[in-house]
Amino acid sequence: MNIEIGEFLIAVSAGMVRSATPVLYATLGEIITERSGILNVGLEGIMLVGAFTGVAVTYNIHSIVLGLLAAMLVGLLMGLFHALLCVHFNANQVGTGIAMSIFGTGLSAYLGMDYVGKQINALGACKIPVLSDLPVIGPIFFSHDVLVYLTYLLVPLMAFIINRTRIGLTLRAVGEEPRAAAAAGVNVVQTRYLATAIGAALAGLGGAYLSLAYAQGWSENIAAGRGWIAVGLVLFASWSPFRALIGAYLFGGAISLQLRLQAAGLDVSPYLLGMLPYVLVIVVLSISTWRRKNAPSSVPTALGLPYIPQV
Amino acid sequence: MKNKLMIVLLGVFFLGFGLLSSQAATNSLPALKVGFLCVGPVSDMGWNYTEQQGKVYLEKTLAGKVETVFAESVHESAEAERVMEKMIAQGCKLIFAASYGYLEPVLRVSARHPDVTFMQLSRFADKNNIGTYFGLTGEGFYLAGVTAGRMTKTNKLGFVGSHPVPSTLWAINAYTLGVHSVNPKAKVKVVWTETWIDPVLEVEAAKGLIDTGIDTLAFDQSDSLPIVKAAESKGIKVSGCYADVHQFAPKQWLTGPNLNWGPFYVKTCQAVMDHNWKNGVCICDMGSGVLELAPFGASVPEPVRKEVLALKEKIKSGKLVIFAGPIKDSQGAERLSAGQKPDIQWISKMNFFVQGIDGNLPKN
Repeated sequence: MNIEIGEFLIAVSAGMVRSATPVLYATLGEIITERSGILNVGLEGIMLVGAFTGVAVTYNIHSIVLGLLAAMLVGLLMGLFHALLCVHFNANQVGTGIAMSIFGTGLSAYLGMDYVGKQINALGACKIPVLSDLPVIGPIFFSHDVLVYLTYLLVPLMAFIINRTRIGLTLRAVGEEPRAAAAAGVNVVQTRYLATAIGAALAGLGGAYLSLAYAQGWSENIAAGRGWIAVGLVLFASWSPFRALIGAYLFGGAISLQLRLQAAGLDVSPYLLGMLPYVLVIVVLSISTWRRKNAPSSVPTALGLPYIPQV
Repeated sequence: MKNKLMIVLLGVFFLGFGLLSSQAATNSLPALKVGFLCVGPVSDMGWNYTEQQGKVYLEKTLAGKVETVFAESVHESAEAERVMEKMIAQGCKLIFAASYGYLEPVLRVSARHPDVTFMQLSRFADKNNIGTYFGLTGEGFYLAGVTAGRMTKTNKLGFVGSHPVPSTLWAINAYTLGVHSVNPKAKVKVVWTETWIDPVLEVEAAKGLIDTGIDTLAFDQSDSLPIVKAAESKGIKVSGCYADVHQFAPKQWLTGPNLNWGPFYVKTCQAVMDHNWKNGVCICDMGSGVLELAPFGASVPEPVRKEVLALKEKIKSGKLVIFAGPIKDSQGAERLSAGQKPDIQWISKMNFFVQGIDGNLPKN
């Protein structure tokens, strides 16, 4: 019996890592963007366009690497466009983001019609010597594909860059006090453009993960709301990459757990279990905000505000 | 000056009128214009795709007589009402409303246009110009179940369900009855995604089932490919639903229901054109020719194919009724007594799991 429970937990955890990865990429991207003071709620649309681009390029060029790069590039371009509207024209960032989301949903559905059912070489699992053979840790964390392993490096790397390097300091300064940063010689406009573009590129990569690793092909509206979850997870993570990892794993774990509890024959309404990931996000979000009530806020001070240089 | 202007205006008016009437003359060439509403994208390789295929068949078979207007991803709301009004303005005299939730808009539009014929999916309406049709895939699921029951080695089968509503329960129960008719030891496990379409969730649900040791998968989501492809790459046998997608799982495909709406559309259009259409209930099942069986996969051996095809003929001729009493639910209570045969009213209210399904139906 104990072995069975152990196997069940390992299966749930492996599913957790898999389900969390696409959301994690989008969340990490949004953290970079928001740290520079730009809010991009258009992740859903960017993920969808990324998912479509990944399939289209992989199908036509037969290279999954180029497919992933193309998804990042298209995400980057969408990010630049968002930055153009928000940084250059000082447009309302929430409105622009929502427009980006609707635009991406429609565009990917329209262009994607020709790619439904097209056979592509999906991103397969690959083993890492030694690590994949470890008991428990191996099947949970090292039985996946390259993009999952990449997150293990990306999270600490991002935390290091944001907190310990000059680039990170510049990024944070622009998000907190753009005028002070500008006075200190930082190019605020350039930093915000770059942060928005890189953040959107990561969201595009997360989208490509959905179509290239998960569903092995394009289907309309494949993101099914995961872009919006990522926007919520940034709040939960209070703009920290490590907390983003925890948040994404909580969300992925709830999905994985509810499906496997059903498969194990637990007699609970699947509607109730299906709400679990979302309820969890709301509860944890509320608790983490409440706990920080008296502590200094971690919201980038200039988040969502247009930057108008002093004349 | 004013008079000259009047003459010019009158001239333009009559010229326009003449042009319009000649336009109307060319427009009236096809005998019937038909509108189709479907709820999702036709690119789903599933339910909505089969509807579009039927439309293509209709256009070919009645070329020159019938013209079609097709609208996909139409929301089950006032949006449907607007789309239908537009179709009627374009001259449609027959409209297929191919989703459960279109009934309310159909009732409103049909009251305003008594000369237009409506075909409503899966819902009854007591109106002279509204007919009802059902696309019953149960018999196809039953035969897929027979195939799966013969092919399984672990006697554990998995079903990824969409929403626990009567039409889905009909599919899962029929599948299980098919499995049990040849393999009483086998158990079917059901996991619900509570979505009609969410590819990533479907794949994760399938993987969750695979972890429990199942070796055969079935599903009823409106998109087919994610689960079929996941099964192929994991080495799990899989059967389809609605459409034939065997080419996506060359090694693991078994068979599945395959909806072929074309002949039914042709028959309905012919009846409307001949003015002998009557409002009633059309059951689109194997006997009617709408429901077919998808081709077998390479792994299905010849004796199993013969057995399943023989059963299919029996179903077609009415000798085999898949839902014949006695039927007990998973709790052991008798739902249909011996000798009783269910009618469409009974099927459209189905709310239980048959015996052989591992687990209980969720209470809402």
